[in-house]
Amino acid sequence: MKKLILSTLALSALFSFSSCGGSASGEGSVSDSTATLSGNVNIDGSSTVLPITKLVVEDFNGANPKVNFAVAAGGTGSGFKKFIRKEIDICDASRPIKDSEAHECDSLGIKYQELEIGKDGLSIVVHPENTWLTSITVAELKMIWEPAAEGKIMKWNQIRKEWPNEPIHLHGAGHESGTFEYFTEVINGKKGACRTDYNASENDNQLVQGVSGDKFSLGFFGFGYYETNKTKLKIVAVDNGTGAITPNETTIMDGTYAPLSRPLFIYVNAESAKKAEVAAFVDYYLTNAPTLVKEAHYVALPADKYKEEAAKWDAFVKGLK
Amino acid sequence: MTSAEKNRIKDKLFGYFGLACTLFGIIMLLVFLSDIVMKGWEKVDFDFLTNYSSSRPKKAGIYPALAGTLWILGLTALIAIPIGIAAGIYFEEYAKKSKMANFLEINLANLAGVPSIIYGLLGLQIFVRSLNFGASILAGACTLALLILPIIIVSTREALKAVPDSIRQASYGMGANTWQTIWHQVLPASAGGIITGIILAISRAIGETAPLIVIGAATYITYIPEGPMDKFTVLPMQVYDWIGMPDPEFAKNAAGGIIILLLITFLLNGIAVYLRNRWQKKVKW
Repeated sequence: MKKLILSTLALSALFSFSSCGGSASGEGSVSDSTATLSGNVNIDGSSTVLPITKLVVEDFNGANPKVNFAVAAGGTGSGFKKFIRKEIDICDASRPIKDSEAHECDSLGIKYQELEIGKDGLSIVVHPENTWLTSITVAELKMIWEPAAEGKIMKWNQIRKEWPNEPIHLHGAGHESGTFEYFTEVINGKKGACRTDYNASENDNQLVQGVSGDKFSLGFFGFGYYETNKTKLKIVAVDNGTGAITPNETTIMDGTYAPLSRPLFIYVNAESAKKAEVAAFVDYYLTNAPTLVKEAHYVALPADKYKEEAAKWDAFVKGLK
Repeated sequence: MTSAEKNRIKDKLFGYFGLACTLFGIIMLLVFLSDIVMKGWEKVDFDFLTNYSSSRPKKAGIYPALAGTLWILGLTALIAIPIGIAAGIYFEEYAKKSKMANFLEINLANLAGVPSIIYGLLGLQIFVRSLNFGASILAGACTLALLILPIIIVSTREALKAVPDSIRQASYGMGANTWQTIWHQVLPASAGGIITGIILAISRAIGETAPLIVIGAATYITYIPEGPMDKFTVLPMQVYDWIGMPDPEFAKNAAGGIIILLLITFLLNGIAVYLRNRWQKKVKW
């Protein structure tokens, strides 16, 4: 308790001090002003991108303790809503901005920059003792997950005759997640179109538990959750007509693991980008993404691609001045 | 066997059945508690309390979440207690049996049963957007205050009802008016019950996650809130965030967070029990 009070005092002292220095650091170049950066940065959006953003914030904050970050993860859709209402500086997104959202930004005069920061590969997983399934086609996935399958496709041998005559237990992302939207769009052909008689959860660890505890289960979730639970799960290669591809760093990064590899983005508001602390944070994000994206168990982009994104960002920031 | 003997056996069996039911609840609670303590106890130390949250489980602590919970707890109490007690007094001591009072009572009963996420949506629209509080401590506290108001009002009414009418009649007989009667007789006599209700309501509020997620409270924050307009996170949200992390090491952090949350709840409940006993001894008619 004593420490709490002391730190609160210390923080308020810092705060009053830094608010004096804030305006002076605004115009300085990023490298010179990092020592005196201060202010508030608000971030919301995709829960998939959250682990990466958290790592970047943590490391950036270590060097710039006077910048106050508040990071929420209400989902990509709700993040863009707040982005449009100018409530946040940066929106984490596990899909590109929709036309309707972009139109709203245009009509309100909100300018922004999209930056790709990494990739995720939605992984199809089964129980380690599942001997029959090593690769699956996109058509078969559609057969399992499309709305018409509800109450009909209930056994493994309905998908391929040689598979066991046993019930199939399905686990997948819940309706609120960007993962669900993305999966249904690329597999079932329509966003949100999906059978409903499966174990749905927004919490990927529950899905890991579900699949790893049941020999006749099949599930899908982000690659990061497979990576950290490798011993309890078996990953399935996906065949989109050009041969079966197992998701791994290489196949997700170069996009051959299609259609289930997807880009991850951050969107930065132009007004916010004028603030030195936001500009420095985004610089830091792009510079350190290669290592931090990996630490968060996602797939980093090739070095060239990060240079491209950094160039885009530099041009954007220069354009603001 | 006579019917009296049969009845006696039935009576005994029901007694055992009741005991089994009681034990079931208690054993479940004990299993849950020991599981949490075994998983999380190694995490609970000074660093855990004073570190900021982190994506690296070994370094992660609950400081901002703990501070946020204390802020929310204080502000929610400040808003909900006066309004709740005043409304309870109105219903019990002033409101005449009328259609209006009936209508209010039915609504109050309904409010107590509304799922907490609905309060979150209400808070988002009214406090966060219309009143422009943003996703601040004030918005969170207002939302939670609404959530626990029905509980406080109902428990205040129950406490007031327990005061014998003869006390009121005697006070009126001495020439006191309604307010004097309430202030000098009824409230002191019912204070134990009212305070117990308040504390139980507040310990419910600090466990709430859903409405705070809806109003947009942060899951990760790098500073300690200094005023009611600052952004915040709370312990249950921190626990929820950790449970969803891919690294299984975070499950231990979550268990540690739960232990702290439980300690706060037990502390509050302990205070409630203490106050109730103290007041019960004091009041003599």
